Amino acid sequence: MELILAIGIGVLAGSGVWLILRPRSFQVIIGLSLLSYAVNLFIFAMGRLGTGLPPVIDPNMPMDTSVFTDPLPQALVLTAIVIGFAMTALFLVVLIVSRGQTGTDHVDGREPGQ
Amino acid sequence: MTPLDHAVILPILLPLAVGAFLLLFKDQHKIAKAIAVATTMVALLGIAIALLVLTSGLGDDTWVGVYHLGNWSPIFGIVLVADRAAAIMVTLTAVLGLTAMSFASARWNGAGPHFHTLFLFLVAGVNGAFLTGDLFNLFVFFEIMLAASYGLLLHASTVAKVRSGLHYIAINLVASSVFLVGVSLIYGVTGTLNMAELAMRVPEVSDADRMLLEIGAAVLGIAFLVKAGMWPLCFWLPSTYTAAVSPVAAIFAILSKVGIYIIWRLSLLVFGLDTGPSGGLAQNWLLIGGLATLIFGSVGVLASQGLARLTSYAVIVSSGTMLTAIGIGGVEVAAGAFYYMVGSTLALAALFMLVELIERGRMAGADVLAVTMEAFGFEDEDVLPDEEEVGIPIPGKLAILGISFIACALLIAGMPPFSGFIAKFAILAGIIGVDAGTPGTQFAGADWAAVTLLIASGLAVLIAMLRGGINTFWATREDMAPAIGIVEIVPITVLIGACLALTIFAGPSMTYFEAAAAELHNPVAYVDGVMTSQPVPYPGRGELP
Repeated sequence: MELILAIGIGVLAGSGVWLILRPRSFQVIIGLSLLSYAVNLFIFAMGRLGTGLPPVIDPNMPMDTSVFTDPLPQALVLTAIVIGFAMTALFLVVLIVSRGQTGTDHVDGREPGQ
Repeated sequence: MTPLDHAVILPILLPLAVGAFLLLFKDQHKIAKAIAVATTMVALLGIAIALLVLTSGLGDDTWVGVYHLGNWSPIFGIVLVADRAAAIMVTLTAVLGLTAMSFASARWNGAGPHFHTLFLFLVAGVNGAFLTGDLFNLFVFFEIMLAASYGLLLHASTVAKVRSGLHYIAINLVASSVFLVGVSLIYGVTGTLNMAELAMRVPEVSDADRMLLEIGAAVLGIAFLVKAGMWPLCFWLPSTYTAAVSPVAAIFAILSKVGIYIIWRLSLLVFGLDTGPSGGLAQNWLLIGGLATLIFGSVGVLASQGLARLTSYAVIVSSGTMLTAIGIGGVEVAAGAFYYMVGSTLALAALFMLVELIERGRMAGADVLAVTMEAFGFEDEDVLPDEEEVGIPIPGKLAILGISFIACALLIAGMPPFSGFIAKFAILAGIIGVDAGTPGTQFAGADWAAVTLLIASGLAVLIAMLRGGINTFWATREDMAPAIGIVEIVPITVLIGACLALTIFAGPSMTYFEAAAAELHNPVAYVDGVMTSQPVPYPGRGELP
């Protein structure tokens, strides 16, 4: 499970970085989204991986991290997703404004060679 | 809990509440809105001064204001912490906010929607970043600050603003991702996000996990250094700050200082010299980065055509000076650096506003033309007949602008008699004194490299400002007196006056800055203050379990 998750995060982050470095603003926004997915998974993984473990502490169970999963990274991921989503939406607006004002979807606002 | 204890949360709550309230009204009421914002800023200034007085140790020398959000004990919940350093930064923000808003009320606040709300949210985010004691909460405040800054940057949008805004947002979104990676790595290793608890846990981290922790800290540092504008992470900064309208650029002067402040606080709190094997982790890198930033900023200042761009590069020089001082370390250097940070931020903000007033009466591109003519050896003396020039008095407005410009130039370059000189002198004296026996981790010859570059960067700024001033004020002008409102010139005078006050009261303010620096370097009071603080017991339910 660790390997699959690590490869998944790696592929997402790698594709995200590659897309961010592309010249078209649409590619950049998809790249930013992929990067934020990778980061969200990474935060989640920092709470240690486990299946079928409740994030709620039960007083009848022993206080052991092998019985519970850490609820904090899950809360952090939720916050990060919400903020990331809002920022992506904001970026999308700026991107459309840029497209409207400059007439091109190049990130520098003009086609190369012009 | 006395009412004064709530002063710690008010710098965040007040602008957020007023900003949200102002959303209910249309933008046509811009005078009323401007007055509301200015009143909020005056209130914030009062609160900030209260914090300054409280932290200065009236009666209790180690007073650290700890505020439990949601009344959770600090092990579980998020805390806000106000010590001397945070109080200084909150005061600085309030002064900048008040003056920038006053300046904006003349014309800029009507140039786009929701200027006042965005402005207040920016102030709330900046104050939150200064006051928070929790890493993830810091991320949230960073995002509030950045979201507001995106809106403000695009205010009165033109093609140049949208283009640099696109770059600015993309870079900051990547930096936010990097921030999260760093935070989660640190959490994964230490199991806490509370900065004070982190300071206690870091020395105990096992050797197997230590590398992960240091990677996490380095990744986190990159996110802040993007904000602070360290070379080679600062290429976005000049075009962004140049594109923003001047009151926004003035308040942006504090944004790069947010990055500096967090780097400073975290590197000393978590990786101070006596915190085990990871001690002094970042110092060498910050020093090298600071020196490189100084070189880049100096070259940029000299190469700038146009005063606004020059000011943006001066922001980078200011960041480079701070990073160099942090990298050198030592309480004396840090005290000087604090003094420098306050003075240079005020002066840079004043200059951003001043430049707009100067540019207002000129034809577009006059600067570029002047520098180009200088480079090619053209003189414009035969453009106008000499007789017309004799005896024309300098208009009063232009004289005020010129004097303010000279004051800003002296402040930023660090020339006597203003606070910039005292600050640089304190930093240099600290650096020369510090190599005696402090267990620093710097490379050989670091002290002298720092001293040389700090002085050389001052010279570069001075030359560039001199050239800019000559081309602006001694040039023949078609339009001699730009239209300037009283609300525009007063904020600039207030900012320069604040720097003057800092110069005159250098003794008492330096004492406070020294105490703040000592507190940063030896964060026992901070850690104890947070970890021993107790939430308020609920009425009728007695003590908490």
